[in-house]
Amino acid sequence: MSEEPILIAEEMTKTFGGIIALNRVSFTVNRGDVLGIIGPNGSGKTTTVNCLTGFVRKTSGRVYFLGTDISKKPPHKIADMGLTRTFQVMRPYYSLPAYKNLVIPLFSPRARRTGGWRGGGRLGDRDTVGIDILEEIGFERDSYVPYKNAATLPTGYLKRLELARCLALKPEVIICDEIFSGLSMSEIASMVPLIERLQMDGITLIMIEHRLRELFRVANRVMVMNFGEKLMEGSPEKVMSDDKVKEAYFGSRDIEEVMTHA
Amino acid sequence: MTEGMEQRRKERVDRGIKVRTDSLYALLSAGEIAYLALPRLVLILGLLLLPLVVPGMYWQRVITITCIYGLLAVSFDFLAHYVGLVSLGGAFFVGTGGYLAAIANTQMGLSPWLTVPSAALAGGVLCTLLLLPCLPLRGVYFAIISLMYPLFSARVIEALDILGGTDGIMGIDGFPNRIVEQYAPVVLLLLILFGLRRLVTTDFGLVVRGVKDNDQAIRASGINVTYFKAVAVFVSASMGCLGGACLVHIYMWSGISQFALDFSILPIAATVIGGSGTLVGPVLGCLILVPISEMLREFGTLRIVFYALILVAFIIFKSEGLMVWGRRKYHQFERWTRI
Amino acid sequence: MDILIYGTINSVALALYALGFAMVYGVSRLPNFAHGALYVLSGFITWSLLNSLGLPYAVAIVLTLLLTGIIGALIYQLILIRIRGMEISEIMASYAIGLAILEGLRWGGFKGMTYTLPSFIEGSTTIAGIVVDYQRLLVVVIGAAVVGLLWLFTHYTRTGLALRGMAQDERAALMLGIDSDLMAVVAMGFGSMLAALAAVVLLPLGNIVVEAGYNVLILAIAVCIIGGLGSWMGSVIAAFLIGFAQILTVVYLGAHYQMVVALLAIIMTLILKPSGLFGRQKELEERV
Repeated sequence: MSEEPILIAEEMTKTFGGIIALNRVSFTVNRGDVLGIIGPNGSGKTTTVNCLTGFVRKTSGRVYFLGTDISKKPPHKIADMGLTRTFQVMRPYYSLPAYKNLVIPLFSPRARRTGGWRGGGRLGDRDTVGIDILEEIGFERDSYVPYKNAATLPTGYLKRLELARCLALKPEVIICDEIFSGLSMSEIASMVPLIERLQMDGITLIMIEHRLRELFRVANRVMVMNFGEKLMEGSPEKVMSDDKVKEAYFGSRDIEEVMTHA
Repeated sequence: MTEGMEQRRKERVDRGIKVRTDSLYALLSAGEIAYLALPRLVLILGLLLLPLVVPGMYWQRVITITCIYGLLAVSFDFLAHYVGLVSLGGAFFVGTGGYLAAIANTQMGLSPWLTVPSAALAGGVLCTLLLLPCLPLRGVYFAIISLMYPLFSARVIEALDILGGTDGIMGIDGFPNRIVEQYAPVVLLLLILFGLRRLVTTDFGLVVRGVKDNDQAIRASGINVTYFKAVAVFVSASMGCLGGACLVHIYMWSGISQFALDFSILPIAATVIGGSGTLVGPVLGCLILVPISEMLREFGTLRIVFYALILVAFIIFKSEGLMVWGRRKYHQFERWTRI
Repeated sequence: MDILIYGTINSVALALYALGFAMVYGVSRLPNFAHGALYVLSGFITWSLLNSLGLPYAVAIVLTLLLTGIIGALIYQLILIRIRGMEISEIMASYAIGLAILEGLRWGGFKGMTYTLPSFIEGSTTIAGIVVDYQRLLVVVIGAAVVGLLWLFTHYTRTGLALRGMAQDERAALMLGIDSDLMAVVAMGFGSMLAALAAVVLLPLGNIVVEAGYNVLILAIAVCIIGGLGSWMGSVIAAFLIGFAQILTVVYLGAHYQMVVALLAIIMTLILKPSGLFGRQKELEERV
């Protein structure tokens, strides 16, 4: 895989009042990477995402995406460049059917510009494109699921809907904030191939996860965070065997013991 | 759960005809077409014929005023329930539109045919520009600040003694004749009502409604939330300004009373009573409230007390409003079923 | 010098207007748009107790405080509690209630310049060559006392601590066994009492007029927003900022602009720093 950096974070720092939520975190994501970000609760993972995508204003530090400085850009501009994210707390447009949820991202300047999606110009077309994307992401086209109100969808489908919302933008990078959490084992099992497909399609992924087993299957690099700082970064195997990581993440050096009890 | 007590719940079922008329097949039978068209016809014909039925000039004037309040109420409803910006300062739009029309008429000598549309457009732009800095605010904060705008405008006009100061601008032309005066607000209201109903179901409308549901997700989709809010505010403000401009030509006078509370609170009350988020409901609410408030005119400020209390009662006990209730009765029947 | 003295008096008056509003919002997140109405209402209650029932002044004041407190609590318990948490409905309902009270009073004949309350103490003194009447001095003293007592109340009594707990985190407070509905009612009661207190202290300085209701509401909101909604101490500081700004405008620009300054201050603050000057970060995140 070519080493072409697509997203560079330099010394990102974020303080809330007196609390340092993020302390000089730097990392680089190459095109085609699947970067996993792990860490205990409150270690600053979601803040990292918020800072990258502009939803929270950084106290200091810079972010470069596709070679441009996006540190000061508003979230919609960043998404418009192709750096998309999912939300940990999913809030779809509840009053709309699932496929209508996708009309909104398809209406965005990026989706209209990158075209690719069939039609796009005339009004009704976005509905069909929406259903196409939903099928790609695992909504059965001929079932009634894509037509159901988003409010009535189960968590698994809502997570997919979040992903579909990103896909509608034809993104370069998708940041998935805990996309496996809250899902049953079988739902996760059906989700993993989806992630692998996205990776094969050339989309760079950043995944924030607590489900380490599934994450290590797809990720080629893992970054560990604790107390708002980057502990280390490396291949999944290297991270797994690192004592510092075990201590921070599991509170014990004996990873096997924790894994069996979990 | 006491033994032997029968547990029952209310069940709501769509009427057969509602289901049959959901799709294109509605066109197959006259009855079904009538089922679909009836409510709309009642509204359109009702509004058009009402001025012919009521006795005397006075009540015809009341209907005109009702339609103008209807515009304001629809404007409020659109902004509050489709965009999520609750504006307590509808009077700001009325005043802006009114003064603009007054200036265009008295200073530039334009006829009402030109002043009304140009005041609506220019007023919409002006209001949007002035409200632009507040658009990121939500909930209480937008409500508070929008309440401030009309008060602020009135105080500024008072303090600086501009635009005729407390006397207002006089000598404005009326509409060319009675029929125009009577029907301009009615027709405008109907056009805007059906236009907005169409607008909120287009893709553009979906995005605007998405802004209300979840603006974070809209941002994450690469859409500029402020832009869409601004466009929506423009639509809403134009409607308010349109109402204000009509009002100025009807009364042939423009003054700071157009920034008064009445224009803010009555449309809100009408929206709550008629049914929030239905667009038609607010018009219905105005049709009820404005005539009542006219009848209570001799009681002075008691009428404000009256519709403030109605508003509170509806917010608390019947927050869905008449329109939602009526629509449900029309489309569904209810029955008790045993559990 | 006169700017300093009258600025202080004006600021304390503003703080008195605002404290009740800040308290209610801080505890139950209810933007109480009926605050101004309660202020005017309590003025008329005192007047009626004095002139219609012929009660002694002190008794009338105490009764007014209690009555207004009860009225506020009742408004909350009977009406507003049903729409708790629905921000927009809360605003509209409380606004409508305020409107009903004010316009009802106006309809009931309480209008014109004929309604005044007597001062507590007649006479005046000179401070640094400026004549100041005792009532105005009393305003400052009472204002300072109220702020002090509020601080003691919220830091050292069970109810006060519970109220503060609610203000900081309602869910956590619920888990600690604080009855949040009850506390909201109590807060509304106290808030109304503060409005009444402001009324009985400040109204002897002028006439009781219905229009004051709207002005008090606007000023209270201005102070609270600039201070940061929900931050009590912020409100006090903001009261001084606006208070002096107003006096300066009166001196240098003319009395007409007094309200314009307050309104402009709100608009500017909301636009530039929505959380207010002393608002907490958390509120900013909720808002934007």
